[in-house]
Amino acid sequence: MPAIKFRGVDFIEFDTLLNDDERLVRDTARKFIEENLVPIIEECNRAGRFPRELVKPMADLGFFGASLNGYGCAGMSNVEYGLVTQELERGDSGVRSFVSVQSALVMYPIYAFGCDEQKLKWLPAMQKGEKLGCFGLTEPGFGSNPGGMRTRARKVGNEYVLNGEKMWITSGTIADVAVIWAKVENENDKVRGFLVETDRPGFKADDIHGKWSLRASVTSGLSLQDVHIPEANLLPKSGGLKSPLMCLNQARYGISWGAIGAAMACYDCALQYSMLRKQFRDQPIASHQLVQEKLAWMISEITKAQLLVLQVGRLKDANKVQHQHISMAKRNNVWMALECARLSRDILGANGVADDYPIMRHLMNLESVKTYEGTHDIHTLIIGASVTGIDAF
Amino acid sequence: MKILVCMKQVPQKDAPLKLNEAGTWIREDVSYEVNEPDAFALEEALRQKEKHSGEVVAITAGPTRASQVLREALAKGADRAIHLEDNGFVGLDAYNTARAIAAAIKDEKFDLIFTGLQSDDYGYAQTGVILAQILGLPHATIIMQIEKNDSGVRVKRELEAGFFQFVDMPLPAVLTIQSGINKLRYATLIGIKQAKTKPLRKVTMAEVQSAMGINLQKIEKMYIPEKSKNTQFIDGPPGEIAKKLVEKLKNELRVI
Ligand SMILES: Cc1cc2nc3c(=O)[nH]c(=O)nc-3n(C[C@H](O)[C@H](O)[C@H](O)COP(=O)(O)OP(=O)(O)OC[C@H]3O[C@@H](n4cnc5c(N)ncnc54)[C@H](O)[C@@H]3O)c2cc1C
Ligand SMILES: Cc1cc2nc3c(=O)[nH]c(=O)nc-3n(C[C@H](O)[C@H](O)[C@H](O)COP(=O)(O)OP(=O)(O)OC[C@H]3O[C@@H](n4cnc5c(N)ncnc54)[C@H](O)[C@@H]3O)c2cc1C
Repeated sequence: MPAIKFRGVDFIEFDTLLNDDERLVRDTARKFIEENLVPIIEECNRAGRFPRELVKPMADLGFFGASLNGYGCAGMSNVEYGLVTQELERGDSGVRSFVSVQSALVMYPIYAFGCDEQKLKWLPAMQKGEKLGCFGLTEPGFGSNPGGMRTRARKVGNEYVLNGEKMWITSGTIADVAVIWAKVENENDKVRGFLVETDRPGFKADDIHGKWSLRASVTSGLSLQDVHIPEANLLPKSGGLKSPLMCLNQARYGISWGAIGAAMACYDCALQYSMLRKQFRDQPIASHQLVQEKLAWMISEITKAQLLVLQVGRLKDANKVQHQHISMAKRNNVWMALECARLSRDILGANGVADDYPIMRHLMNLESVKTYEGTHDIHTLIIGASVTGIDAF
Repeated sequence: MKILVCMKQVPQKDAPLKLNEAGTWIREDVSYEVNEPDAFALEEALRQKEKHSGEVVAITAGPTRASQVLREALAKGADRAIHLEDNGFVGLDAYNTARAIAAAIKDEKFDLIFTGLQSDDYGYAQTGVILAQILGLPHATIIMQIEKNDSGVRVKRELEAGFFQFVDMPLPAVLTIQSGINKLRYATLIGIKQAKTKPLRKVTMAEVQSAMGINLQKIEKMYIPEKSKNTQFIDGPPGEIAKKLVEKLKNELRVI
């Protein structure tokens, strides 16, 4: 068990901005994570192991596709869903990533772009955790600029044939189905989404090794060589790059909450540690001005981040959110979480680099979170384009 | 079986507590949770209902914020809830709390009424027992296990020093439930959603006031333990010093 137990973080009675259900959702997720993930996460992180044993319990609680309606999904509001991701990431960004991919990047596109048969086939099984999914957009040569993707689909008779490479794909080797984004040759290279069962001939997934971040989450490379799929596997309502970007918007929104969870974990740990640890004149290090400055910075930034993402969530629930709002929340909140992790690491001195405490793990995890789902700088450009009307990519 | 579960909202176990200005209780701006044994009582009620069918009703007396425990109970599977809602329900003694609850359920017939063994904040361990007396029902405390049989229930009570007692009781009855009796379930997200549509009856102070009286017990002063240092020298031959030291550590400091 961890040396320091999380006590929650709330500086300005943020909780009073939440309704009873939102708090109950948050508290339920927090309890589940504290009791089921926190006791095993450091071992998983060391071993580079995804805690697969938590898939079923998380499904039973309704964590997968939580904001979708029907198909066994809970129909949570966006704020409620956000609070779940916050608590997941308070545990670990890798486990939150798994849930984000399953929910926002696989179930959501099936829900939004799929036909009834596809929805009935996949959504209930994915909600129950019986089937897992992955999302293949990034390629070895195209990350920030997915529009350059090389993966191609060609319609032959009543089948599509897919060829290409995908890289950095979360859950690639544990997935039953991959949502693959490819340019359709017979449709002027329009980007469309395909459901590719991972046991089809020509589909291969291999884990990326030597990864010093998100070690409790599986990351893989996918290779598709003449993979034949029935035309019924095309997501009929997908069309153009805006379809995968709509998925990313869902996931980025969840990350904006998730990052707060990681920041809270680091801050609360550093705060408690600083009250216990004594240096110089037998005084707790919390009594030194330089340490207080770090704590004050962190609690201020966490509080601002909470208010930012809550407003974005309220806009999303009112169907008024714009993609640049979500970019601001993702960019700001992941940045502040990474800074909190660094400051907290510093406050723990040498203990900060050991996995008796969660901080170094969060720090390393957040480096990925800063990069995926649109890098920090790409979101800068999205906000810049939004306020100036000029693309600077 | 129709089961009533009395549930209290208490300050979270790990919450940093601050005294109120009058020094009579803690400040309200802390996080709250369901009193631990009450959570086990609810779980037991849900399990009994799953086995024998029936209805589970959760009741709480407390301010608006206390509705959170009822929502949680409904989300976990309780069928309906009753909220005695008023700031005046904070700080009642056990007798008044029991009288208020008894008045709120006077038109209902429950087979079993569960309370937690005691509350994590006041720790009176009296509310369930007094409630049984007011309702004229048999009761048993510190319950570890409940088996329904033809004549009523057979319950297992926890005694001291690892001893247990089995008691056969007729129904209806009041049982105060010990923590750890079962494994708690989590509220599911779907359950939380469905809870919104379940009935929640509100009872005002005015509706039950005539059944209540003045508090027979109240907290006059609450304070943070003052730290004091105190050095004592123990004289005598080593054997006696050791004996006296052990005695002090055992009885005065209670560390061994
Ligand atoms: C652990 C992990 C899991 C992932 N999971 C998935 C997944 O499940 N599915 C998926 O499809 N992808 C996934 N990704 C990939 C991720 O989305 C990409 O890494 C990300 O989009 C960045 O692409 P890149 O790594 O190719 O970096 P690049 O695009 O090469 O960027 C490198 C640097 O250049 C900067 N840069 C790029 N263009 C510009 C510009 N125009 N102006 C200024 N700066 C610029 C970037 O900001 C960045 O700092 C994952 C990545 C990681 C690390
Ligand atoms: C990988 C590794 C290898 C090491 N190897 C060696 C070695 O070979 N030999 C050896 O002797 N040591 C070694 N160390 C120990 C290292 O020198 C100490 O970690 C370092 O001196 C900091 O001490 P600390 O970890 O106890 O942190 P602390 O002293 O507890 O500091 C914790 C935090 O409090 C702050 N702080 C402390 N006092 C004040 C103050 N008065 N005002 C403001 N802020 C304050 C610090 O800046 C820091 O942010 C090693 C450490 C690591 C991580």
